[in-house]
Amino acid sequence: MLKVLKPGFFSTIQDLGRFGYRSMGVPVSGGMDALAVRKANLLLENQPNDAVMEITMTGPTLLFETPTYICLTGAEMAATLNNEPIKNHNVVQVKAGDILSYGKLESGFRSYLAVKGGFLTEEVLGSRSQYFPVTAGKKLLERNEISYFETKRYDALISDPILENHFNSNYLEVEKGPEFMILGDAQLAELFAQEFTVSEKNNRMAYQIAEKIVGHQHTIITSGTLPGTVQLTPGGKLLILMKDGQTTGGYPRILQLTEASICTLAQKRAGDTVQFKLV
Amino acid sequence: MNTFDLQISRFGEMAILLQWPQEVNELILADILAFVEALKSQDRSDWEYVPSYNSVTLISKSKFDFEQEKKLLLDAYSKRDGHQNTTERHCWQLPVCYDSEFALDLPMVSEKSGLSEEEVIRLHTSEDYLVYGIGFLPGFLYLGGLPQSLEIPRRDDPRLEVSPGAVGLAGKQTGIYPQNSPGGWNIIGNCPIPLFNPKLEPPCFVKVGDRIRFHAITKAEHKLRKIESEVGIYNLNKTLIDA
Repeated sequence: MLKVLKPGFFSTIQDLGRFGYRSMGVPVSGGMDALAVRKANLLLENQPNDAVMEITMTGPTLLFETPTYICLTGAEMAATLNNEPIKNHNVVQVKAGDILSYGKLESGFRSYLAVKGGFLTEEVLGSRSQYFPVTAGKKLLERNEISYFETKRYDALISDPILENHFNSNYLEVEKGPEFMILGDAQLAELFAQEFTVSEKNNRMAYQIAEKIVGHQHTIITSGTLPGTVQLTPGGKLLILMKDGQTTGGYPRILQLTEASICTLAQKRAGDTVQFKLV
Repeated sequence: MNTFDLQISRFGEMAILLQWPQEVNELILADILAFVEALKSQDRSDWEYVPSYNSVTLISKSKFDFEQEKKLLLDAYSKRDGHQNTTERHCWQLPVCYDSEFALDLPMVSEKSGLSEEEVIRLHTSEDYLVYGIGFLPGFLYLGGLPQSLEIPRRDDPRLEVSPGAVGLAGKQTGIYPQNSPGGWNIIGNCPIPLFNPKLEPPCFVKVGDRIRFHAITKAEHKLRKIESEVGIYNLNKTLIDA
C-alpha cells in the first residue's frame, strides 16, 4: 500500500484515458502530459496504460509500505526519498517504510510518479483516471491508500538516461480548427504575431488565455470538441480545452493543438507565456 | 433516403469531423445516426463516434492517414443505404416534479411567457423531445422540440450551483442537469431519475436519436422515485419508436 500522508495541491491517479464514452458526455481524461506518463511507464518497463500519479504544482508526502521501484517524470519538484534527492527519469528502488516527498517546483507544472506495475485503483468504465463523478473521488486526499504490486528485485533496463524535458519551449504547434475560416486578418495577425499569457483560470478541464483578441458574432451548432481544441468566445477570449474538457461545445473551434503541444501546455502555469505556431 | 452534402475535414491529429448542412433538422440527425450505425458495423474498434445535431466527430486512439480514411468514409456514406439499422430507438418517460420547492424559476417563466404555471407544465409535458446530442457534462442531453411559447432566454445571472436532476429551459432548449454544476437555465422542476450512473453499463441509458417525454409527479412521488432509483428498483418506462 501507498499511504498519502499529505496530498499536495492537486494529485490524481491517471492512465492514458477513458475511451468509448464520449458519446455520453464523458471526457477522455488521462494524464495531461501523456508523454511524461509514457516515459515513466517505459523506463519501468510497465504497460503504456498503467496508472501513475499526476502531481500538480506542489507535491504530496507519500509512505510506501511495500517494496517497489519508482520513476519520476514531468515537472521537477525537488523530490526526495527519505530526504535524499532523487532525479527525474531514474529508476529508484523503494523499501517498505520509505517516504517520498517533494520540495520547490523547479520546472514545469505537473510531475508524474510511476511504480513498477502501475497503481491498482478501481477501474471505472475501462480506466483508472480520476474524474468526478465517474470515479467517486476527484483527487487524492490525506490518508488515502493505494495498492500496487510488491517488487523486491528488479534490474532496470536503462539507468540514468539523459533525457531532455519536452516542455521547455513555449511554442504551441497548432493545426487549423473546423471554424478557422471565421478568423479575419486582424484576428490572424493577433493570434500568430504575439505571445500570450496563461491565465489563473487553468485546470484539467481548460486553460484560459489572459489576453483577449478581437471577438466575433459567429454562432455554431453544438458539435464535438477534443483535448487541445482552441475555442474563441464572442468576447474574444481564447479557451484551450484539456483532458477533462467537455466533449461538445458551442464556441467556434479555431485551432487544434498537436498531441505533443497539449503535453507542453500541460506543463505551463499561470503567468507563463505561449505562442501559437501553425504547422 | 436523402443524401446530403457531406463535408469531411481533418480535426487535429486524432480526429475527423463530418459535417452535414448547418441546420437543426430531424432528417439530418436520422441520416447521421444511420451512417454512424453503418460505420460501427465495420471493424473500426479504434474509433469513437460523437454525434451531435449536424455533425459527427470521429476520434481515433492512434494516428491515421486522413486521405485514406476520407476515401473510406465517402465510400461508406454512398453505400449506407444497404445497411440494415439494428439499433432500437426509444422514447423514455421521465417523471418531473414541478413543485415550487424545485421550480425556482417557474413564476418568472410564467410571467415572461404570459402563461399560467399550469399551462407551462402542460406544454412542457406535451412533447416527445428529440435527443440531438449528449455533452457538456456526462449524461447532459441536448433536447429539441420545445414548444415556441416556452422559449425563454437563459438567466442573466447564472446560478453557481444547480442541483442534480434540475430541469431547465433556455432558448429553444430544455434539459436536465445530471450533476451539481453552475448553470444559467431557468429551472422549472426536478427529475428524480439519474441520467448518468458510472456503475451501470452503459452509464447513460439514453442515446442520441432517442426521445424524452416528461410527465408531472407530486413531491411525494418524487421522493419515492428517488429512493427507488437509488436502490436500483425504479422501473423506467419506455416505448419503442418506429424507425
